[in-house]
Amino acid sequence: MPQETADKAGLKSAQGKTKQKFTWHRKHLLSLQDLTREELVHIMDTAEGFMDVSRRSIKKAPALRGKVVVNLFFEDSTRTRNSFTLAASRLSADVLEFTATGSSISKGETLRDTARNLEAMGIDIVVIRHNAGGAPHLLSECIDACVINAGDGYHEHPTQGLLDIFTIRQLRQDIRGLKVAIVGDIAHSRVARSNIWGLHTLGAQVYLVGPPTLMPSAVDQLPVTVCHNFDEIIGEMDVLNMLRVQFERIGSSVFPSVLEYARLFGLTVERMKRARPDVIVMHPGPINRGLELESEVADGPNSTILRQVSNGLAVRMAVLFLVNQAATLEKKKSK
Amino acid sequence: MAELLIKEGRIIDPANNLDTVGDLLVDKGKIAQVGKVPDTAQTIISAHGLIVTPGLIDMHVHLREPGDEEEETIASGSAAAVAGGFTSVACMPNTNPPIDNEATVDFVYRQAACAGLANVFATGAITKGRQGKELAEMGQMVRGGAVAFTDDGSGVQNPAVMLRALQYVRMFDKAILQHCQDNAFSQDGAMTSGYQATVLGLPGMSPLAEELMLYRDVQLAKQTSGRLHAQHLSTAGAVQIINHAKQQNIHITAEVTPHHLLLTDQACQSYDPNYKMNPPLRTQADIEALRQAVADGTVDCLASDHAPHLRSEKELEFLNAPFGIISLECALGLYVKALIDTKIIAWPRLVEMMTINPARILGIDKGTLTPGADADITIIDPNHPWRVEVGKFKSKSRNCPYDGWDLNCRAVCTIVGGKVQFQLKSDPCLS
Repeated sequence: MPQETADKAGLKSAQGKTKQKFTWHRKHLLSLQDLTREELVHIMDTAEGFMDVSRRSIKKAPALRGKVVVNLFFEDSTRTRNSFTLAASRLSADVLEFTATGSSISKGETLRDTARNLEAMGIDIVVIRHNAGGAPHLLSECIDACVINAGDGYHEHPTQGLLDIFTIRQLRQDIRGLKVAIVGDIAHSRVARSNIWGLHTLGAQVYLVGPPTLMPSAVDQLPVTVCHNFDEIIGEMDVLNMLRVQFERIGSSVFPSVLEYARLFGLTVERMKRARPDVIVMHPGPINRGLELESEVADGPNSTILRQVSNGLAVRMAVLFLVNQAATLEKKKSK
Repeated sequence: MAELLIKEGRIIDPANNLDTVGDLLVDKGKIAQVGKVPDTAQTIISAHGLIVTPGLIDMHVHLREPGDEEEETIASGSAAAVAGGFTSVACMPNTNPPIDNEATVDFVYRQAACAGLANVFATGAITKGRQGKELAEMGQMVRGGAVAFTDDGSGVQNPAVMLRALQYVRMFDKAILQHCQDNAFSQDGAMTSGYQATVLGLPGMSPLAEELMLYRDVQLAKQTSGRLHAQHLSTAGAVQIINHAKQQNIHITAEVTPHHLLLTDQACQSYDPNYKMNPPLRTQADIEALRQAVADGTVDCLASDHAPHLRSEKELEFLNAPFGIISLECALGLYVKALIDTKIIAWPRLVEMMTINPARILGIDKGTLTPGADADITIIDPNHPWRVEVGKFKSKSRNCPYDGWDLNCRAVCTIVGGKVQFQLKSDPCLS
């Protein structure tokens, strides 16, 4: 079966040896829940192909030349925004930065109006981050441009999920059967959700680790195993994805203190002794040193945090490339 | 000569235990005679094959006046009411300013009189400004015509305040209508908590928010012998609490909306704010429990919670859109779809829940066809296939998830005080 072999050989370049029977047809990337196995693999294969661009001396590919990409960020974010900006620039697109504060939004303009106004100026792709789950969905229904979800409420953060899975694939080749622990405030984490859907589709076993007060409701109906004792399962895990804990978001009524959290769920040097020697340690960033991870672990040999960042760039280039490709195909068909 | 004669309809008047084919004579705005009547009247309506009931009553509507007249006015809301077959509505006091004094109560009645369509009964706020802290001037409001008290939109959070309210209102023999929602359990929630909320990434409102306050208020009602009415029940747990309370003879009544009998939280998958309301859509199990509660008497009446909103507001992100949908003009058809087509109840029970039961809760002299009563009459065609077209509603607002729904039942003629206030031209049975 050609597809299986292509999957197993995850490091093969998309341009060369893998058979491309598959065409990407999605104009939008709103969630990982919707994506099939083939689609997930296709994005990662495409990302693989773009890894090279970042290593050249002139870090440009012309794929999106003449296209306009808008970063529509209603929530604070330097990391994801920078990543998308750089990804779009590497593909030679023109990038428009739009922040909520100081713009028409703070004067009360609705999302619909903002998007339509931008579209009237001629844009091709909107990358949106919003505090309301479903905002990218709404956007995709009221404008013609491509919509990429850069994080919506507690719903999803598809490109983060993709780069996390891509990173795992780089190091383990086959995702199937891998045991992946996601640790932290799952209830409020869109990163966790995207990871859950993507990993599940690709056959990994997902374990959610954290206190009961930070688990989402009906969590037992998700394709996961829930665990409240980190030490009990850490020895079986292939991957530890440590989520950022946002105390300012939760408030102390949900969790007693930072110290308690660090002791029970933090990845300390001591705890690492129970883990497999080749365990992959991940974190979406930014890290709270001493809280989710002890410094030595964050900087240690198992940590893939910086690799995640470089992979993020390639994955976002792939996503921008693919949605644009689909939109172009759609336009050709309608002519 | 008498004013109006309605001939050969199936007359269902649960207040008088009546379910028979016959004629209804109206004179000087009152019911004159029920039974076999010789043909003498200025206007004759043939109700052959139709159902004739006391004018339908919706005891939970938002008419947005004063303050939000762009969404709805008492006039447009009255027009929507009669178009839906309702001759009387009770409007909620969460207006701008809120209806918490005699002057604003009086204002509602004046506007209703100007509109001259349906009977509009004002409810007053339980607490000043609906803030939940100090009792509002209930006595003055009763003088102004208020029929019941509610802080609807919110529940009274402080149990001591609620206790006092239930005690106080006893001297006027009026009911406290409670929107059961403990804010601590539901703050910022946009839909019911559960699998859907988790997957859609939206903050959830636990059923506990409703059930805990309901349980608390049942105990307070027991203590004070005050009249408590639970608005818009939405969960199986709430049904159990009401059931248990009634078994102990605590004076409590309950209502349910069309949407809690028909829609689940799965509808929110589209992120369409027309599925965002408070209390939120729950699960199929809750729907089944509520339908059963309608059949066995745990729920006393049906009320739409008609809640108009501006298009611009309902076009916002689900998280940021306001709660509420409208349904006055199709509620009857929806109740029939949920309860009669499914064979959960028969017509007499449905009529009871929309006439004499709400009338008794509000303490108003409506809901019957007893000779001498006001001639508020609804004529219903139980076999009238029609498609809901929200764009044609008489309401000013359009926030309705039922657009395009095919329903089988419709009010074809609405008579208020002996005057025909709504008549469906397309129905061939009316002359």
